[in-house]
Amino acid sequence: MKARQKRLIFVGVAVVGVGIAATLALSALNSNIAYFFSPSQVHAGEHPTDAVFRVGGLVVENTLNRQEDGLTVRFDVTDNAQTVPVSYTGILPDLFGEGQGVVAKGRIGEDGVFYADQVLAKHDESYMPPEVEDTLQTVHAKGVVETAVQSMPATGNTVTQ
Amino acid sequence: MKINWFKYAAPTAFYPVAGRLVPVFGFAALALVLFALYWGFFETPERLGGTNPQKEYYRIIFIHVPSAWMSMWLYLVLAAWSAVGLVFNTRLSFMMANAVAPTGAIFTFLALWTGAFWGRPSWGTYWDWDPRLTSELILFFLYIGFMALHSAIDDSRRADRAAALLAIVGLVMLPIIYWSINCPDPNNCAALHQRSSLTDIESNILTAMLVMTLGFWLYSFAAAFARLRNIILLREQDNAWVRKMVDAAEGTSPRGAAGVGGRPANRGVSV
Repeated sequence: MKARQKRLIFVGVAVVGVGIAATLALSALNSNIAYFFSPSQVHAGEHPTDAVFRVGGLVVENTLNRQEDGLTVRFDVTDNAQTVPVSYTGILPDLFGEGQGVVAKGRIGEDGVFYADQVLAKHDESYMPPEVEDTLQTVHAKGVVETAVQSMPATGNTVTQ
Repeated sequence: MKINWFKYAAPTAFYPVAGRLVPVFGFAALALVLFALYWGFFETPERLGGTNPQKEYYRIIFIHVPSAWMSMWLYLVLAAWSAVGLVFNTRLSFMMANAVAPTGAIFTFLALWTGAFWGRPSWGTYWDWDPRLTSELILFFLYIGFMALHSAIDDSRRADRAAALLAIVGLVMLPIIYWSINCPDPNNCAALHQRSSLTDIESNILTAMLVMTLGFWLYSFAAAFARLRNIILLREQDNAWVRKMVDAAEGTSPRGAAGVGGRPANRGVSV
């Protein structure tokens, strides 16, 4: 066997080994490293009880409401199976809105409410202009964000369109 | 006419070819990037709608996505030249790998940087330890590691082989970056970054993005070939053809005398 063929086999084996390593790493990523927990996982008790973790899902329509201090917002996050109530004090990102994706980081209280230190908005891979997409939905989402940011009733009522 | 491609595996033969290709790729890249910038700014919608109601800032996509694609593609090129170099022991292959690495690192940095500026208005944060963001950061460290390892070893042949091995081992990151958001079951890959798809994109946005990608690709050729010429000259500086060329250049240059005085200082530099 020529030296060149030996080296070819060596590099081939190295690439195959790297491929196996990648497969193992990916399966480990899928099962062990959870970036966020879905509300179903939280209900099943899979989340850490004594550590900060993230909850991800969609903000349930008509659950966004501002508390009397004017800074704290409450909303429900769902994965279309279970919901988790979230409480957050601070500025919401631009894309935050009812029906939109959200990732909240914090810990769960004894009252079952998730107290978030950080709320991030999550969007999907659709890049369509509003006139192509469902116009009503856009106006709705925009309206919720602006209502939530600007003029919430001090009573803390549920926001309605 | 049959072209003997192996002829161009010799640095001596490829040096002038690379020199002729640099302006060709460079100007084509400039034209495509300018076109894509125009199209991206003036022919695309002002804002998005539906489940992704981003405003003007979504236009970062025209830099961010092509940069991210090139960061992964150039790593594949880097690893491929490294593997060819290891198997066939061809000097030019290793030189190609070294010439591509800085451009790949720049695009990786650009992807991370523009991603941060995009994440702030849309997600609400510059950075988060999301699987996609974290694995892309590791790719950046791999590029830096490749260049650092190569420059840490004095003997350039040994440096070539050590860095090439690192490049091949680093290939592990490419499928991880891809599947960190695109795994078959969306419930298994929880991430902040959206999945990637080319089917649900408005056609003008897609056009500007794809043309920009092609422009970045051609720029990569131009930058890599320009860098390759420097690497060839430095590595072959003691060979007759380089000395003859330098002497000829200094003979025609009005500052020839100063050039001769400065030349010995460069001797012994290894790349």
